Amino acid sequence: MTAPTGTVDLRGEPRRLRRELRVKRVFLAAAVVSIAISIAIVASLAGNAIRFFTEVDKASLLDVGWFPRRSRFDLLTPIAGTLVMSGIAMLVAAPLGLGAAIYLSEYARPRVRRLLKPVLEILAGIPSVVLGFFALLWIGPNIIVELLNSPKPATILTASIGVGILVTPLVASVSEDALRAVPQGLREASYGLGAKKSTTVRTVVVPAAVSGIMASLILGLSRAIGETMVTFMAAGAVGGALRTWDPLDSGTTLTAAIASVATGSDQVAGEALAFDGVFALGITLFAITLLLNWVSDRFVRRVREKY
Amino acid sequence: MASRSEAIDTAAIVRQSLHGRRFSPGGLAFELSLLVMLLVSLAVLVTLLADIISGALPVFRDRGIDFVTSGITLDSATAGVWTGLVGSVGIAIIVAVIAFPLGLGAAVYLEEYAPDNSLTRFIQTNIRNLAGVPSIVYGLLGLAVFVRLVDLIGLGGSASTGGRNILAAGITLAVLVLPIVIITASEALRAVPDTIREAGFGVGATRWEVVRHHVLPSAAPGVLTGTVLALARAFGETAPLLVIGVATGFFSAGSAGLFDRLTGPYTALPVVVLSWSRQADPAFKENLAPAAILVLLVVLFAANTAAVVLRNRYDRKW
Repeated sequence: MTAPTGTVDLRGEPRRLRRELRVKRVFLAAAVVSIAISIAIVASLAGNAIRFFTEVDKASLLDVGWFPRRSRFDLLTPIAGTLVMSGIAMLVAAPLGLGAAIYLSEYARPRVRRLLKPVLEILAGIPSVVLGFFALLWIGPNIIVELLNSPKPATILTASIGVGILVTPLVASVSEDALRAVPQGLREASYGLGAKKSTTVRTVVVPAAVSGIMASLILGLSRAIGETMVTFMAAGAVGGALRTWDPLDSGTTLTAAIASVATGSDQVAGEALAFDGVFALGITLFAITLLLNWVSDRFVRRVREKY
Repeated sequence: MASRSEAIDTAAIVRQSLHGRRFSPGGLAFELSLLVMLLVSLAVLVTLLADIISGALPVFRDRGIDFVTSGITLDSATAGVWTGLVGSVGIAIIVAVIAFPLGLGAAVYLEEYAPDNSLTRFIQTNIRNLAGVPSIVYGLLGLAVFVRLVDLIGLGGSASTGGRNILAAGITLAVLVLPIVIITASEALRAVPDTIREAGFGVGATRWEVVRHHVLPSAAPGVLTGTVLALARAFGETAPLLVIGVATGFFSAGSAGLFDRLTGPYTALPVVVLSWSRQADPAFKENLAPAAILVLLVVLFAANTAAVVLRNRYDRKW
């Protein structure tokens, strides 16, 4: 055997390699678009918000209400509304969502589960404008006025219940995944010690899934804070609202305040300060949800690492 | 023989005492309260659907398909959802044209090409964060960037529209659903086993050839399912459209050509629902709005069913 006279070129055809590189760059560009979007979001929010804070009369930031068209920019009004609304929404969504999740994961027979899970998914797929309609024209008259004897149907509470319903399937779905990820061995060990079913669920399964359950609640809270249509339609504020912590008052949230400035007149761009003020609300909202999503991501990752 | 049957008896006794139902009121109450939570959630869904269907039924009984094919008017006797439906379908087409290639491209890069470095991890974290950004924030992005961009490149329509048209809406909602497309497409690509890729490399294919001829065809059902679900999401989205200046009242589309329709004022089905439910006229609030919701839900249900059928029919188990 003689040694080969020339080295064999194993790198392949140059033309093919060039095409490879081109294709790779195209895909990389597509992936980088997502970074560009993030930068554009932060830049456009921050740019307009900074302009708002430099131009606004500082006294109007601590006024009694949020009436952007009358140059009253009390940021605490929409923030208070958001806190009250999302808090009550979670009081609705947490028991309903967790209860449904624990029942489906631990108690329901497989056939019942296969039947009911898609029903919850249908609820998850209902657009928020539909729940806004339902809150405005069903929850308002039937629950707020009839049951609670409130004089007006459109209140923060009306919107809160609507948002709670909207968030329930999300809480249920994420926490059910967490519960089902708990190894069967833990349940069997508990039964082996003679524990009852309910004891096992309460003292073994739920604590083992607690990170995922927390993640589902934080995710739900973040979704509730970011939800626009239900509050915009059913919380009763038109154009602005007074600062209030009472759920039976009409009020506004960060999201609803943005939407009502946008739809209040023909042109958002018409009133410069109100236009910029919307971005100040937007960046507050963006920061809050980003923080919550980051925390919930942390919790989800803890679940993954454990099992 | 005797000892064997004795052993069986012992086992039966042990089994019975282990399996025997001990009545536990606490456990039963716990189970029942969970069941109540589940049933309340379901009851809400039933109430919601019943409320909408009972409101919508008279409209469809009196006017039938005419309600779907009529445009928006101020008269409750002739108003229909056609204008909104056309707007929503137009938006969905633009969203698909933009978000599908971008999303699939990004997913292919992240799953097939990306080295495990800090840039890749940053892109992945960033996409997860984008998926959690409230939809109205995308509306603000659209207002600050895309509306102006569309106007700047001369597609803004008349001076009064000024870029607040269906093109800007399509771009905004495409950006909104892009993270969903990327995440679902990534999952579909990840589900293709590595042996498929290795077989391709083994016979001398380049990475692009492997992706093009083996990975993408195998992942196609999953990718398409994700895209359909993302389009359904865009179809039901209202808040960002409000911010970027969708028409919430009556406007005249006239007999405009395609270009004017793309660059002029527009509305979308969920926006029609919103504006009708805020009308003073009870006919709009109590009947037309639920009828429009029913059309919206039927479209979304059809899209979701298509996605599920697609997945079940073509998805391969490896």
